[in-house]
Amino acid sequence: MAEKEKLYFTNEHEWIEVISEDYVRIGISDYAVEQLGDVVFVELPAVNDTMKKEEGFATVESVKSSSDIYGPVEGTIVKVNDSLEDEPEKLNDAPFSAGWIVEVQVSGQLNTEEWMDAKTYDEFVSE
Amino acid sequence: MTTSNTKLIFEQSRSGRRAFSLLESDVEVFDLTEELPEHLFRKKAAELPEVSELQLMRHYTALANKNFGIETGFYPLGSCTMKYNPKVNEDIARMDGFMHIHPLQDPATVQGALKVMYDLQEDLKQVTGMDDISLQPAAGAQGEWAGLLIFKAYHEKNGEGNQRKTILVPDSAHGTNPASAAVAGYNVVQIKSNEKGTVGVEALKAALGPDTAGLMLTNPNTLGLFEIDIVEIAELVHEAGGLLYYDGANANAILGKSTPGEMGFDVVHLNLHKSFSTPHGGGGPGSGPIGVKKYLSPFLPVPRIEKQKNLYVLNSDYEDTIGRVKGYFGNFGVNVRAYAYIKSMGAEGLQQVSEDAVLNANYLKARLSEYYDTPYKQHCKHEFVLSGLRQKRKGVRTLDIAKRLLDYGFYAPTVYFPLIVEESIMIEPTETEAKETLDEFVEAMIEIAKEVEEDPDLLHDAPLTKSVRRLDEVMAARKPKVIYQD
Repeated sequence: MAEKEKLYFTNEHEWIEVISEDYVRIGISDYAVEQLGDVVFVELPAVNDTMKKEEGFATVESVKSSSDIYGPVEGTIVKVNDSLEDEPEKLNDAPFSAGWIVEVQVSGQLNTEEWMDAKTYDEFVSE
Repeated sequence: MTTSNTKLIFEQSRSGRRAFSLLESDVEVFDLTEELPEHLFRKKAAELPEVSELQLMRHYTALANKNFGIETGFYPLGSCTMKYNPKVNEDIARMDGFMHIHPLQDPATVQGALKVMYDLQEDLKQVTGMDDISLQPAAGAQGEWAGLLIFKAYHEKNGEGNQRKTILVPDSAHGTNPASAAVAGYNVVQIKSNEKGTVGVEALKAALGPDTAGLMLTNPNTLGLFEIDIVEIAELVHEAGGLLYYDGANANAILGKSTPGEMGFDVVHLNLHKSFSTPHGGGGPGSGPIGVKKYLSPFLPVPRIEKQKNLYVLNSDYEDTIGRVKGYFGNFGVNVRAYAYIKSMGAEGLQQVSEDAVLNANYLKARLSEYYDTPYKQHCKHEFVLSGLRQKRKGVRTLDIAKRLLDYGFYAPTVYFPLIVEESIMIEPTETEAKETLDEFVEAMIEIAKEVEEDPDLLHDAPLTKSVRRLDEVMAARKPKVIYQD
């Protein structure tokens, strides 16, 4: 379970938890799920799929719209939160914990400076 | 109006009751079980509802009475042009010569029907400023797809098929635009709108390149705003070697005023079921003819309807055609209605349509702007977009406002579209509404704005007076039950 303060954020509203220097967990932010409304379906990638930066790797569907989730890193998807298929509401209820989406083995160097910290992100979305 | 008759027809069923009586069959009984493989035998009788004729009539009359349509009340569904459909169009579409012919008949025996299609093509050339028309596509999105196949065929013919793989689409576009492009095999790149709500020329320049197959645009756009830079946009796209596609969903704003041809578009579709007043809203049928500039004519779908001396003929002899996109000749009955509409309105009448549609929209926008946020201040065309942000701060969302409007006897506007406006409410009154109706709608919207201040919970529960209350859309999507359960 990650605390929001320890996460990094992209301007596409994904969060990244750095678990080790080449291993991350990825989800979408509280702001993103609020904008989406009630999530009703999540299309997940498969384990061993490649994640490419800024390319869609999953789709989240709410009663209002359908949105792609973009890869914040390059790497290989190692774990997928399959429980979201049956319980997509986890994304709304706990976007930073039970609603995580994938874990990725990062190829190459992680650069956390390209992302926002929680405080900067909150300012970013309140603009 | 709440009505108690909500039982399913299956729940009214009583064994042995009948709504019909048939004569004794004078054909010998044939035992199908001797002819069919065993897995096709029915093991258990079909559980069809068994009711009397009167029960049957009451059931479906009750369902019909729950319907809401343009003839029941105001239907300001943005982007859908829910105008009145004159009944004379129905009379004409039901004439024997239109209703009782078959598409496989010898063309020589259906010259009248072919003449209508030919003349409709000629009229649509004028409306769009294009050189050739195909009536085949069944509706708007199919028109888009067919138009993009023409883009593709054109680029392939020029040896650039493998190079030009990207279709540009503004972020305010109808969802069908990127969807059609994807189905046609293109990559889609989104162009960000500028602060005025129109296509950002700089953003467009940055996106154009040797991979550009074309740009899809609606003008006026989905915010109801005219793309005033359209001539420059067209020049930029053409300079980059791309083509321009005009999504005709909003054509009700420009009839007799401008044409996509003049604006620089290469391919266009029209939604006859919107701008040309044929019934829609129940899932169709629609009709989405496409028009093209001369240099794209060879790629149009076949068969094409042409006039040779005094005879109307079907011509499929076009080597570069993208082929047939729909069975027979498109939705003929819809096209007949649109033809009747165009002929009864005339050119001046059609221009008046757009003038009145634009006037009605601006009137509503001006009256509502005190009570709801209007993100774009300039004059609108045939529709406009409000934002429910002010109300959201009071805990009431656009969805609640839309549901509450049902209680006031109005159909809800389009909500949460276009995507670039938060809590958007998209209103299109059309030209066929009287000022009194528009005023009643404004009064209801003002009343709802007051309710937001005084009793927001009321809105969360709306609609309160309909036979069906607020449906749990989330539960329906997450845990759908798709078969009848006791």
